Amino acid sequence: MAAVLGLPAGAAAQVAATLEKKRRPVLVWLELQDCAGNTESMLRSSHPSITELVLSFFSWEYHETIMAAAGKQANAVLDRVVHEDAGKYLAIVEGSIPTGNPGYCTIGGRSALDIAKQVCGNAAAVIAVGSCAFDGGPQRSAPNPTGAISVGEAVPNLNLVNMGGCPHNPANTAALLVYWLTYGRMPALDAHKRPLFAYGHIIHDQCERRANFDAGRFVERWDDDGARRGYCLYKMGCKGPQGTFNCPVVRWNDGTSWPVESGHGCAACASYRFWDTALPLYQRLPGVPGFGVDITAGKIGGWMTAGVATGLALHGIASAARSQMRPRGEAPRGGPTEIGRGSGLVEREGPPEKS
Amino acid sequence: MARIVVDPLTRIEGHLRIEAQVEGGVISDAWSSGTMFRGLELVVRNRDPREAWYWLQRICSVCTVVHALASVRAVEDALQIEVPDNARLVRNLIASAQLVQDHVVHFYHLQALDWVDVASALKADPVKTAQIANSLSDWAKSGSSHFRAVQTTVRTLVESGQLSVFANGYWGHPAYRLPPEVNLLAVSHYLDALEFQRDYIRIHAALGGKNPHLQTFLVGGMSTAMDPDSPQAPLNPERLQLLRTLIEMGRQFVRQVYVPDVLAVAGFYPDWFTRGEGVGNFLSYGDFPDKSMHDPSAFFFPAGVVRKRDISAVQPFSPEKVTEYVARSWYEYGDNKPAKHPFEGETKPTYTGPTPPYDYLNVDQKYSWLKAPRYENEVMELGPLARFVVAYAAGKQPAKGLVDTVLAQIKQPPAVLFSTLGRIAARALEAQLVADKMPDWLHQLEDNLGRRELTMHNGARWDPDSWPSSCRGFGWHEAPRGSLGHWVEIENGAIRNYQVVAPTTWNGGPRDAMGQRGPYEAALIKHPIADPDKPLELLRTIHSFDPCLACAVQVVDARGRRWQPVEAT
Repeated sequence: MAAVLGLPAGAAAQVAATLEKKRRPVLVWLELQDCAGNTESMLRSSHPSITELVLSFFSWEYHETIMAAAGKQANAVLDRVVHEDAGKYLAIVEGSIPTGNPGYCTIGGRSALDIAKQVCGNAAAVIAVGSCAFDGGPQRSAPNPTGAISVGEAVPNLNLVNMGGCPHNPANTAALLVYWLTYGRMPALDAHKRPLFAYGHIIHDQCERRANFDAGRFVERWDDDGARRGYCLYKMGCKGPQGTFNCPVVRWNDGTSWPVESGHGCAACASYRFWDTALPLYQRLPGVPGFGVDITAGKIGGWMTAGVATGLALHGIASAARSQMRPRGEAPRGGPTEIGRGSGLVEREGPPEKS
Repeated sequence: MARIVVDPLTRIEGHLRIEAQVEGGVISDAWSSGTMFRGLELVVRNRDPREAWYWLQRICSVCTVVHALASVRAVEDALQIEVPDNARLVRNLIASAQLVQDHVVHFYHLQALDWVDVASALKADPVKTAQIANSLSDWAKSGSSHFRAVQTTVRTLVESGQLSVFANGYWGHPAYRLPPEVNLLAVSHYLDALEFQRDYIRIHAALGGKNPHLQTFLVGGMSTAMDPDSPQAPLNPERLQLLRTLIEMGRQFVRQVYVPDVLAVAGFYPDWFTRGEGVGNFLSYGDFPDKSMHDPSAFFFPAGVVRKRDISAVQPFSPEKVTEYVARSWYEYGDNKPAKHPFEGETKPTYTGPTPPYDYLNVDQKYSWLKAPRYENEVMELGPLARFVVAYAAGKQPAKGLVDTVLAQIKQPPAVLFSTLGRIAARALEAQLVADKMPDWLHQLEDNLGRRELTMHNGARWDPDSWPSSCRGFGWHEAPRGSLGHWVEIENGAIRNYQVVAPTTWNGGPRDAMGQRGPYEAALIKHPIADPDKPLELLRTIHSFDPCLACAVQVVDARGRRWQPVEAT
């Protein structure tokens, strides 16, 4: 746990001591316009396990998919938490919020917006998990039939942390929850209010296939020899170079794999409004617009000599040079792109949410 | 006379509201309403059909995978692509792992608390619980010290005064009938199943990169290239060994924990074998191909229709006989036709329900975001029970033999299948059937790997330049909750129209223009309700269908094309 967060030695003891305290903070989990993917993902948590989170670390009082109470008894739980624990409880929100008509999403006869305003507005902190709560999700894409928006847009001025991803990775959210329990505050965030520990690095920079990119070894078509040898998926539409996430390092399902290891390109699913800016899925980036904030001259030289296609390399150098002019942790900027409807660098597209 | 409202109906996927009329302690009428709408099919229009699966998988994640699979099949049908044998096997393994994991989670985490009183477990003698556990199966975590530790966990929780997810349950309700020792056993397995679902689903990470929302589907096959001599290949001998281990873990859990628990719990509630039947008509599209999707005779789950509980006859399933009504749904048909075949359908979401916040729906008018699908204008139940009934009626093995064995074991006639407990038992037996079949599919994959038959993708039609200017396709899948259909129309390389009809649309839909109740609504009639403030009995039957509302609420917007009938086997 402390390792995931990158905490110094000795922090583990503090984490353990805090978790042994008797009073358990109250947590409520709202599901609005969702697919329950973030709920399911949370159930896959290992360190801590979902059992530990629900029964030992928190009093996980409201979560429609798993709670015992139903109907009026369920609504009574939420009502009690909002009134009796106001300002103290943690709210996790999954799903977007429709603004086209309050009838597009109701729970207990109340609109999703009404519930979100009350529950998030009275929380000590709000964690928006998954693409839908973070940025409106796929249903927000054209023509956005229900007027779906994110939690941050629907309820401004929250103490908000966004855990992008489709779904969120439970290893990161578990780490975030333990951080909050331990230190009573949220970790350092980026411009999109995502924790830097999980969203601070370009995926491409952490990819186990990166050496193949540097050496110019690519999958040219599905199921070719390159696919069998684990070559780079850039030409098959991989968006690893434009998104930030710790997916290649933390991986999924107890470190079993991640999409690139299983032979499919990354969709940059943790990036702001990736549905509009990182897709089409199989269209390759017209150039790799930057290799992140940590790139060094040595690395640039490395892949030039490795024989990367000239245009690609030149574009990469230009972008890398630009990215180095910005402070560490800030999103990289991209060159001209042609992909998708929105196009361009995901990390550049969305306006940072107001804090 | 009292009106019960259960909203949110929890421990399901999505947003479901049930309103029921209770007269003299018995439900006299009921209304099922889906209360959330997103419209993802409208969003995929004008996009690349090769990525439709990636969008539409997001319809649901409790049953992740299923929409991805139906979508690639629909596009492959439209473009006349046959997938390689290895892709068929990987898809079968992915879908079967989903089914097994989903059924286990459904029983323990979504359904069990309707039958298991967690508070009562505090009164149990752990030694007696261990005796019961050992009489049921060889499951390793069955010692008295283990059960004592579980009991301590529950006690600590209760004494803390913070019950977490168990807060405000119907504990102590007179309809709970398990002895404390069995309640403790069930709570223990609830916790074991939480670990199991997490570990077992690593099958999906190995074959799909991650779970939920796998990322290895391709129109034409899968991205999981395989090579016996390349450790970097997504599928290699090490990965297949991991799959073997996990598949065996699944077989063990289903056989040693899930199935014995279901039968043990059922033994305390025999009256629930005669309650909650529903409509008595059953439909299955068929799936899990041993050859091609175009050869239904080689489906592990056969296709067919059984009407009015008549298991002496199974009729062929013809997709063109499906229509959808919107008479009581928040949609409009422009030409005022009462029902339309899905390919002729149109949808205009038009919310006419009460303005939130509201206390009651106008159940005499439109009252749900679900449409009302009908087969030859008849209401049909879909899902594990429907698949078993169709397979049983068709004499399909090993399904029929398994049902006969269990019926003999509990000394009951086949008629007990048509009930709330029948539905729950069918789900458990189906998990066993599928878990037992998985090693066979894995073995075929290992065999192909050994013989260097490595093709995982058919790329002949990958390039959109190779496509006709317009085409249409139908893809389907027997998802954990029942038959799922996707219909796609492609024009000039982009999606012109897309349509999804999901199993919960059938099961959870509202009345139609003729006033026929949907299966949920019909199943609740005559249920005793001991306490209208705590309608536990209602939850039991609705949960037995395993509702998935996110799947069920979908926009239909496609135009006419004759379906190719799928023959029953």
